[in-house]
Amino acid sequence: MTDAHGHAGAHAHGHGEPQGFIWKYVFSVDHKVIGIQYLITSFLFLLVGFAMMLLMRWQLAIPTPGDDFDPEKLGMMRGLLNWLFPESMPFGFMDPVFYNQLGAMHGTIMIFLGIVPLGVAAFGNFVMPLQIGAPDMAFPRLNMMSYWIYLVGGIVLLSSFLAPGGAPQSGWTSYAPLSIVAPPGQTFWLVGMLIVITSSLFGAINFIVTTLNMRAKGLTLGRLPVFCWAQLVTAVLLLLAFPVLEAGAILQLLDRVADTSFYIPKDMIYGATVFPRAGGGSPILWQHLFWFLAHPEVYVLLLPAMGIVAEIIATNTRKPLFGYKEMVGSLIVIGVLSFVVWAHHMFLSGMRTSLATLFVTTTMTISIPSVAVLTCLLLSLRGGMIRFNTPMLFALAFLPMFGIGGLTGLPLGFAPTDLHLHDTYYVIGHFHYVVAPGSLVALLGGTYYWYPKMFGRLMNERLGKIHFWMTVIPMNFVFFPMLIQGMFGMQRRLATPTEQWHNLPVQGWSMMIGIAAAVLFVGQLPFLWNFFWSLKHGEIAGENPWNATTLEWACPSPPPHGNFAKEPEVFRGPYEYSVPGHKTDYWPQDEAA
Amino acid sequence: MNEEWGYQWGLPPAASSYASDIDWLMGLLHAVMIFIFAAWGIFFVYCLFRYRARDGQTATYHQSGESASFVPDGLVLAFEVWLILAFGIPLWAMIKQQTPPEKESLTIHLIAQQFAWNFQYPGPDGKFGRRDVALVSAENSIGLDSDDPASKDDILTINNLYVPTGKPTILRMTSKDVIHNFQVTNFRNKQDIVPGLETTLWFEPTLEGKFEIGCAQLCGLGHTKMIGNVFVQPPAEFDAWQQQQLAEKTGTADARPVTPSTDSRS
Repeated sequence: MTDAHGHAGAHAHGHGEPQGFIWKYVFSVDHKVIGIQYLITSFLFLLVGFAMMLLMRWQLAIPTPGDDFDPEKLGMMRGLLNWLFPESMPFGFMDPVFYNQLGAMHGTIMIFLGIVPLGVAAFGNFVMPLQIGAPDMAFPRLNMMSYWIYLVGGIVLLSSFLAPGGAPQSGWTSYAPLSIVAPPGQTFWLVGMLIVITSSLFGAINFIVTTLNMRAKGLTLGRLPVFCWAQLVTAVLLLLAFPVLEAGAILQLLDRVADTSFYIPKDMIYGATVFPRAGGGSPILWQHLFWFLAHPEVYVLLLPAMGIVAEIIATNTRKPLFGYKEMVGSLIVIGVLSFVVWAHHMFLSGMRTSLATLFVTTTMTISIPSVAVLTCLLLSLRGGMIRFNTPMLFALAFLPMFGIGGLTGLPLGFAPTDLHLHDTYYVIGHFHYVVAPGSLVALLGGTYYWYPKMFGRLMNERLGKIHFWMTVIPMNFVFFPMLIQGMFGMQRRLATPTEQWHNLPVQGWSMMIGIAAAVLFVGQLPFLWNFFWSLKHGEIAGENPWNATTLEWACPSPPPHGNFAKEPEVFRGPYEYSVPGHKTDYWPQDEAA
Repeated sequence: MNEEWGYQWGLPPAASSYASDIDWLMGLLHAVMIFIFAAWGIFFVYCLFRYRARDGQTATYHQSGESASFVPDGLVLAFEVWLILAFGIPLWAMIKQQTPPEKESLTIHLIAQQFAWNFQYPGPDGKFGRRDVALVSAENSIGLDSDDPASKDDILTINNLYVPTGKPTILRMTSKDVIHNFQVTNFRNKQDIVPGLETTLWFEPTLEGKFEIGCAQLCGLGHTKMIGNVFVQPPAEFDAWQQQQLAEKTGTADARPVTPSTDSRS
């Protein structure tokens, strides 16, 4: 239905080949350049967020000075921290306000400036138009605008550290009324978030229109690669969920700057007197608006990763994906259900307790399609001829890691056990297993997989494998102990957990987590080196280095402006590997029969 | 008098009437999770080994077992339905949707603030003195109206909660400023305390001793240090404590609470 119009090959592309460095690589409207800009920017933000976390883990490993502490002999690290942050980390021990700032900013950066832009904007932008055989996105200028708006939003968020009173310190969730009375950094957070959300909305519209209208001839929805399906569902989630947070954030901004009281209740006391404009608002309203976005957001973090893993597994097992329809159906069901589970974050918030039963039920229901996707990916391995290259290692690691993330969601989504686990390190362990060893690992796999398409050269395999083991092993040493700490009742968001004696027996794990986090950081150096070294010295990739079937491998690496010399035509489904009787073990979608 | 519970390896001692139910459920869920993970994991490792790329081997194009793939979905679904019906709904309803009858329980008001727990006991008359936000001051942190006759025998404590064994304690909780969360790990229960809203948490202590109260909702720079103690005592000791508090109060004729022992352990 949508195959034939809106797209007539590269020559009819709305803008010509740009000239000059600036227009080609900086203010580019080409989806590939924008995708790479997003890729590099989001990796930088991930690095910043990770560095913040290292500071926090340093603090948590040894929260308070011991008996043998001597301020005259600080040692190298404490001396350095004391010199870098004389006020917020004197003698290398962190001020709780600084801890709260780093906590809020780590979460915000990793989610909104790191994983989402990487999974959705970087890979979606670069890969999706190629996979559907389009010359560019539907709205190239809107695409460029969404990148630059995102960058501005990110800078506004980071610059909050320079605000009087420092960065936002009310958690990445910014619960009111704590966030209303917080120092001006919170206003930066709200403004920055409004900008970032706007950028995501532009991107989402662009993705939906492009996928629906610009597919190559013959590329029906039933032949669409799983990655594109995942991006399409993700874009719909962003489009429908983000406006709610945008509205909620505007209300919070008004509460802070325009003396309204949407989230401020009557008779609230602050600074020993009644808050001057207290009245009428509800703190729980913010939580509803926030989680109405933030739960679908979890799937925004996850679905692109699932799509990437599906692509890599199909290519490297040399066989069709198991249950293509089941998988696509499950992605859609996950998308729909993700809008009705938000209040499982709020079982103990003071909302009517009988509501919990409804949200327990919907939460248990959404686990079924997630199990289905995982089962399909797992069964796809059966009967394959598995190539263990670097992208495949990352994709394979996603399966058990996301498995742990999903399974540990069970006792949290189940209200009676959540009574014990809510707001403990168990929660932290759970969602990090979903997002870091889960999504991020898949996104790293995607980087290795599509790098040759982006830059025309393969990344180094040996360095890639070192990077793989130095990522996946330390990650487990970072996140698994958190599950144990949480089980024994250690609460999250404590600058000095040792203040509470019930935390003391499990405090020892924090030292191990700190060391593992440092190893994880070192483990990323081979990746950084590999990324830049391979630009010049990597093995020349050619058009289709993995012998894959989907359309992005049917154009040169890197693809020229406009992508395809001639509009491709699609004759079959996306994963026709090892078709009996065919001359090679892969049968590209665009190869005439 | 009070045994301070030494927290050791393993879940902290279960000290409320419903804590063992929750622990049992935690055990069940984790056993099932480990089983599912192990089953997946064995199949996963088997596939990686069995189907690794080797010379002369080809991948199979035709799939089998399309319908068998729904078996894990079905099993998980059945397990979850059973879980919700057998435990989810009844246990949640018992702990959170219902409270024991007030007549057979001890009701205490908890007024949380940055960064302390204020407890108000009704005293022998069983009535809570009126509180008014306009009366809040450095000396009167909960704004108790001393003109209200019901307030005369109220007992106020800060950060220390004394409760008897043998009957449920009901906490009616409000916050003066931001959101806090009352958590006692040993009771396996917690509840947000929201300004402008009264929330309720009840528990029936089953172990005597001293347990720790933590704030489980980020509430500002002193969040970590917002700590308190629950002293669970036999009914006779609890009554004696209450009498002593009343005697001290009439002796000094001061509405101020007993000096808190913060036990900050820094």
